Amino acid sequence: MKMKLRLLFAMLAAVIAISLANAQDMPRFRWDNFTTANGLPDNHVFCVLVDGSRVWAGTENGLGLYENGAWKAFRPVDGLAHQAVLSLALDKRTGDLWVGTMGGLSRISAGRIDNFTQLNSGLSNDIVYGVGVQGDFVWTATAAGASRLNTRTGQWALFNERNTPMYEIWTYAVSPAEDKVYYAVWGGGVLEYDVKTERWKDYNDPDGETELVLMKDQGLIHEITTSVSYVDKILWVATYFGASRYDGRYWHNFLQKDSGLPSNFLNQIKAVDGNRAWFSTDKGLAYYDGTNWAVYRPALDTHKPEMEVRDAAGTVTKIAVQSAPAHNYVLGVDFQGDDLWVATAKGLSHGIRQHGPTQTAQVLRARQSIRKK
Amino acid sequence: MQLATTCRGKARLIASLAPVFALISALMLLAPTAKPARAQSEPENNKRYLSPIEMALSPDGRLLYVVCQASDELRVVDIQSGKVVDVVPVGHVPRGIVLSPDGRQIYVTNAWSDTVSVIDAATLKVVRTLPTGLEPTGIVSDRSGQTLYVANRLSNDISVIDVNTGQETKRLLAGQGASYLALSPDGKWIYGTHIYPNHGAFRAQPNSEITVIDTARQAVVERKRLHNVAGVFHVALSADGKLGVATQLRPKNLIPLAHVEHGWVFGDSLTLFGEDVGGTVQVPIDELDRYFALPWGVAITPDKAKMFVTTAGSENVTVIDVRKLLGFARTRPQSFVNDLSASANYVTARIPVGHNPRGTLLSQDGKRLYVANRLDDNLSVIDTSTERVVSTIDLGGPRTVSALRRGEQIFFTANYAFQGQFGCANCHLDATIDGLQWDLEPDGFGKDIVDNRSLENLAGTEPFKWNGGNPDMPTECGPRTEKFFYRSQSYNQQELTDLVTFVYALPYRPNRYRMANGELTPAQERGKAIFERTTYKNGQPIPQKNQCAFCHSGPKYTNQQQFDVGTAKSTDRSPLVDVPQLSNTVYSGPYLHDGSARSLEEIWTVFNPKDTHGVSNDLTKDELNDLIEYLKTL
Repeated sequence: MKMKLRLLFAMLAAVIAISLANAQDMPRFRWDNFTTANGLPDNHVFCVLVDGSRVWAGTENGLGLYENGAWKAFRPVDGLAHQAVLSLALDKRTGDLWVGTMGGLSRISAGRIDNFTQLNSGLSNDIVYGVGVQGDFVWTATAAGASRLNTRTGQWALFNERNTPMYEIWTYAVSPAEDKVYYAVWGGGVLEYDVKTERWKDYNDPDGETELVLMKDQGLIHEITTSVSYVDKILWVATYFGASRYDGRYWHNFLQKDSGLPSNFLNQIKAVDGNRAWFSTDKGLAYYDGTNWAVYRPALDTHKPEMEVRDAAGTVTKIAVQSAPAHNYVLGVDFQGDDLWVATAKGLSHGIRQHGPTQTAQVLRARQSIRKK
Repeated sequence: MQLATTCRGKARLIASLAPVFALISALMLLAPTAKPARAQSEPENNKRYLSPIEMALSPDGRLLYVVCQASDELRVVDIQSGKVVDVVPVGHVPRGIVLSPDGRQIYVTNAWSDTVSVIDAATLKVVRTLPTGLEPTGIVSDRSGQTLYVANRLSNDISVIDVNTGQETKRLLAGQGASYLALSPDGKWIYGTHIYPNHGAFRAQPNSEITVIDTARQAVVERKRLHNVAGVFHVALSADGKLGVATQLRPKNLIPLAHVEHGWVFGDSLTLFGEDVGGTVQVPIDELDRYFALPWGVAITPDKAKMFVTTAGSENVTVIDVRKLLGFARTRPQSFVNDLSASANYVTARIPVGHNPRGTLLSQDGKRLYVANRLDDNLSVIDTSTERVVSTIDLGGPRTVSALRRGEQIFFTANYAFQGQFGCANCHLDATIDGLQWDLEPDGFGKDIVDNRSLENLAGTEPFKWNGGNPDMPTECGPRTEKFFYRSQSYNQQELTDLVTFVYALPYRPNRYRMANGELTPAQERGKAIFERTTYKNGQPIPQKNQCAFCHSGPKYTNQQQFDVGTAKSTDRSPLVDVPQLSNTVYSGPYLHDGSARSLEEIWTVFNPKDTHGVSNDLTKDELNDLIEYLKTL
């Protein structure tokens, strides 16, 4: 009996240690916010992309480039396809930036801008919600299906209801990788393209209910998908009704009521790896480290800076912070080392990672002590 | 399929001309006053012309490696004896050369094979063949010798090739018609040029660029914009790396060409860049009453005292005093590229050389300049101090000059035009196109704008001109050229015959969009069905004149007639346009008679609102893409 108790305590200690270690990893940031007041082209920021020390922000009124402490704007007068910039992707091999807009796809290559539209090229539609680069291929998610440009041959391939299981052609986001390409189809679940077999497969909400979740963890959480992120062979999906994680065999769904998500309404999901991801919601920015959750936002009521940490047991603790992202309505994030850049409905935020003794860890340690007592 | 076979069979420029001559003989009926020459005038013993175009020097300075474009060879010349000591067969239409930094490997680009031949410099054998983009031209190696950069003229990009694996690791976006590259002396930068202008708005001034690659990142980091420039050729750096120079053309394509006597049609010029000038500075090399057409090759002496520029259309080498040039440029803060009196301040000599001089190469000590006279099969050797040709190295081409060769010389020279301003090859760069739209005739500004048409395999596509106004090639090239273009008494009857012979002999370039087995991809098959369809989707018949395959019929996809397809502009004198051939149309953009369609797609998405140029408005976007995929294979 004593042996069993010792074993139990040892296991508990291990769990606590792991939990504490994870908690210590919950990142804290100092937030610097950019608006038109300090040079951002527009406050309504749809997307953000980091390219080394440079940061690109896609806004409702132009593409902003933050470099050497200053903003530069690109608009149609500068050659951009349209002023409303919905998506961004970087070809890391060449340094070329692909820009999805409401008027076509632009490529910015060392300052030169070339535009691809539904009139002058094989692009399926001018509203380019999502764009991604894999090797020589540029994949786009448009309002009329998916397109793939082979940058070596110039050949376009279109994917829609005629040659895929895409029953809804409003594609919203794309996440291409070497083996698979995933599409978030707004109202049509997720589409998977197998690069090797060149075959398509769809993933849908098994209960088919638009508002209810009858079959949690048995498939995609909802059909209205807004974002996909495929990293380390793990698929993360954002929807307007929760988030999903799929490892190729099992689904795990996240809802506001049983996770640290501040809202079920997600605009973007961006994975760090197979276990960690960032969630852009209408009620703040959330981070999941595989066990614990953190939410960063101006408080919904007071609008004061707020950071909340939720541990595996579901206990929520507020962390005192001095700054927060520019707005609760978060549309996207990108990483710059340990730092974050966050696109919101009212500005762009730079989350500067704080590496001092973590208050997060101190709080959790104190809580652990209370539990022991 | 038959067409594909024919095209590939004609991959060699000169070797397979017999059928063309037979065809030309048949065409004599159409050209009673300018008969193409007969096959008897081919070179003795069927020897092929060589057409030397570029050179490289062995590390010890004893051997000259000469790329021979027409014979698909690398010829090795012993400089001391001036004799050819070896011949290395390479791929089709070789165009560029570079040595590995240790001199053990010679790399030659093969423009029509889309490859690089790797030659062991010790054994002079091709030991490997590396794949590239489409129509590889210029090539450089980085300082480590691990990476090759190849400018691809038809795919408009630069291949980055890992020498160890032989694999192309990526393509970098370059200018249209990417062609020539130069490595900075410190090895940090590569500068690239392109011979066609970048895409821009219809009837706007053309723009080009010098593409700058960071060799550490293997990425394009800058594009130096060259305003109002179309056609940029060789680029070179001074030994100290502080001065760069590129040869170029500045066309006046927006005003009627017929006013040639009132001002230049092409400004032959250079772009200077680098620390010595800051930014970019364009400088003219022409004179007020004499032009030096098609500046092509360029070299700067090691001491940066002189710059040598081959003018491919004027058969000479222009010598520039660099110190005077830089000094003059510093005194003129405003652009002086259109001031043709400026060149007198820095051009010190014009050295006559052979026909169509192209590549230039300086000896390591800078005392000798070698010039490849492409249409004489020889090299001029110039003493850079006396600025005189001191010897000529015969590369061993045929002794006789055939009608075809004479025609080629006429095509590439500017000597027939008023003040030597330009020749056929100014607009038809390397006998292709220039990517420009021209206002050719004296009918007012902006009227009858014409896109530059391809010259590939023209026999059987008569009549010519955008509205079919010229019934045959002698008319197209003869009096019309004299009256509207050159403003001078140009060709005599024999010369016109020779020129027609050459133009008709220009073969198709290989089409890269067809599969090797001649079959079509599923998308191309679907596109073919659309091209050949005779009914609308609802089953109703499409009027014959509105079926793609009616007008674009026959072996070259033209019925040689003229139709109103609704694409004429209000500035065109007639709505009727000649049906162009479609073979290799993928290489001849922009499209329509005036070049207003900037891509194949725009022919139908923008310029066919009433289904007057074929039926396209019932097509889905997928189907239009399929149609275009098929058109690319023709």
